[in-house]
Amino acid sequence: MGTKKKQWNRFKVFLYALPAIALVFIFHYMPLWGWSFAFFQYKPGKSLFDCAFVGWDNFTTLFGNVVMRKNLLRVLLNTFGIHFLGYLFSPLPLLFAVFLSEMHNKKFQKFVQSVTTLPNFIGWVIIYSLVNSFFSTSGLVNNLLMGLGITSEPFNLMTSGDHVWIRMVLLQQWKNLGWSAIVYFASIAGIDQEMFEAAMVDGANRMQRIRYISIPMLIPTFFVLLIMSIGNFLNTGVDQYLAFGNALNKETIEVLDLYVYNLGIGSGQISFSVAVGIMKSAVALVLFGMANFASKKIRGTSVF
Amino acid sequence: MGKKMSAADITYNVLCGIVFAVFSIICIFPFYYLFICTISDPSLVEVGKIVFLPKGLTLKNYREVLRLPNLGNSALVTLGRTVLGTASSLFVTSYLAYFFTRTEMWGRKFWYRAVVATMYFSAGMIPVYLNNKMLGLLNSFWIYIVPGLVGVYNMILVKTSMESVPAELEESAVLDGAGYLTRFTKIILPLQKPILATVGLFTAVGHWNDFFTTQLYITKPKLYTLQFLLYEFQNQVKNAASQINSASEAAGVGGSNIQPTGIRLTLTAIVIIPIMLVYPFIQKYYVKGVMIGAVKG
Repeated sequence: MGTKKKQWNRFKVFLYALPAIALVFIFHYMPLWGWSFAFFQYKPGKSLFDCAFVGWDNFTTLFGNVVMRKNLLRVLLNTFGIHFLGYLFSPLPLLFAVFLSEMHNKKFQKFVQSVTTLPNFIGWVIIYSLVNSFFSTSGLVNNLLMGLGITSEPFNLMTSGDHVWIRMVLLQQWKNLGWSAIVYFASIAGIDQEMFEAAMVDGANRMQRIRYISIPMLIPTFFVLLIMSIGNFLNTGVDQYLAFGNALNKETIEVLDLYVYNLGIGSGQISFSVAVGIMKSAVALVLFGMANFASKKIRGTSVF
Repeated sequence: MGKKMSAADITYNVLCGIVFAVFSIICIFPFYYLFICTISDPSLVEVGKIVFLPKGLTLKNYREVLRLPNLGNSALVTLGRTVLGTASSLFVTSYLAYFFTRTEMWGRKFWYRAVVATMYFSAGMIPVYLNNKMLGLLNSFWIYIVPGLVGVYNMILVKTSMESVPAELEESAVLDGAGYLTRFTKIILPLQKPILATVGLFTAVGHWNDFFTTQLYITKPKLYTLQFLLYEFQNQVKNAASQINSASEAAGVGGSNIQPTGIRLTLTAIVIIPIMLVYPFIQKYYVKGVMIGAVKG
């Protein structure tokens, strides 16, 4: 093949891929033009050209205006609070996998794994329905408690604004624990069996094998997953909080993503919500850079 | 095992057995409870008389739900987006993955990085919304399909899997004069069935569970999905509850159009049933999916 023909062939492959690459650009890069809204005083229904250019004013208002600042701090606190509580539970999948795989009844293991992984595939709207049937005023829990005479009045957990963070985190655990454990099950299967046998010859009992072999072998995976999650620190998604949010728990359930949604779509404050979104993207990029750097230092390979 | 269990082993098995059994029950019982509520007498469900067994067995709830005016349509939209969305996304995603495995592509490294970077960087919810609005996807069925045609993470998974196909297979096809498209559809794609099954099941579940897209982009009831219908019903109850709590309008304002508990639970059950049906298949593949993901990360 001549070089010219070769060059053309290289370009031809690119042309084949172009429609698909174009889709990625249209839906991931093109939205960036929307950032310009943050620098105008946008009013819904108007063209951006008819709106006043305000430079960085929207950003300074976010921090300068007392109400705005209070709201921003509140939703950041909610986001951080829910995430930090979530981190407290992060060793749970590891322990779940270690302790379950040390039970030598394979059938029981399989059963527990199938059952605990199921909730991962259930959407938050459905989970709301399930939780509601347990914890609403006429739900199962209230019925049992009142039936046993433990409480005299039903409590409504669904609308309560108390302990929202921990309740949201516990629900996440219910949904994700079994699923998150899978990666550790697979790692355990990859541990050299001779290590366990050698330890047994040396007289190590089960708890010692867990303590000195299983857990140390899984710690690297644990840290990799932990580092990767740092890049997602501000991303909570909205599904769960939209499903569980209501007028009464709004103060404590509104996370950053939900705030952006409520501000932009709910109250039509497009300019401010885009400004908040830009800051979020910037912080996410820094966090991701840090995670990548940490991963390079610890593992020798970068994520990206 | 043949060996006699020591006292420590027995203690371990009993303690762990209890912990895991309790957690398993917590995971599965809500589904059972939901189901028995849907086949019980609605008036008993409404006042919370159902505990561990169904009472007053009836299919009334299901009959009522099937009579909801919007149900058939929403079911069709949900099914349509799940099937069409998954199939088209699988095809386009693996199409892109295939061309990214062709090392001769012009500027391959650059384009690949530009595509992968979108996993870590987003313009944000509102700019994406404005962009889709500009593209005319507001109140259009295509909002469910088109933005998800290329799943970047899935593309990486499929590409990794394609790279393990021996190069000789393609080379012999090249000698036979097969072009890129023929090689992709006839040789490479059929070999990717396991990874496509994994990726496809996850994409399908994602489509099935999504309600936020409807919330954000759709106002026409004709384009509602089942999940969104359920979300709407829940919102009616929430709004009524907060109105009652604010005590200003105590007596049933707008309370008349609230769907009764039995209806909401039954709709939930109807949305869950398909997931339960595919779950055994999902199970077969998800471990693989998680592992490739982990190896990649």
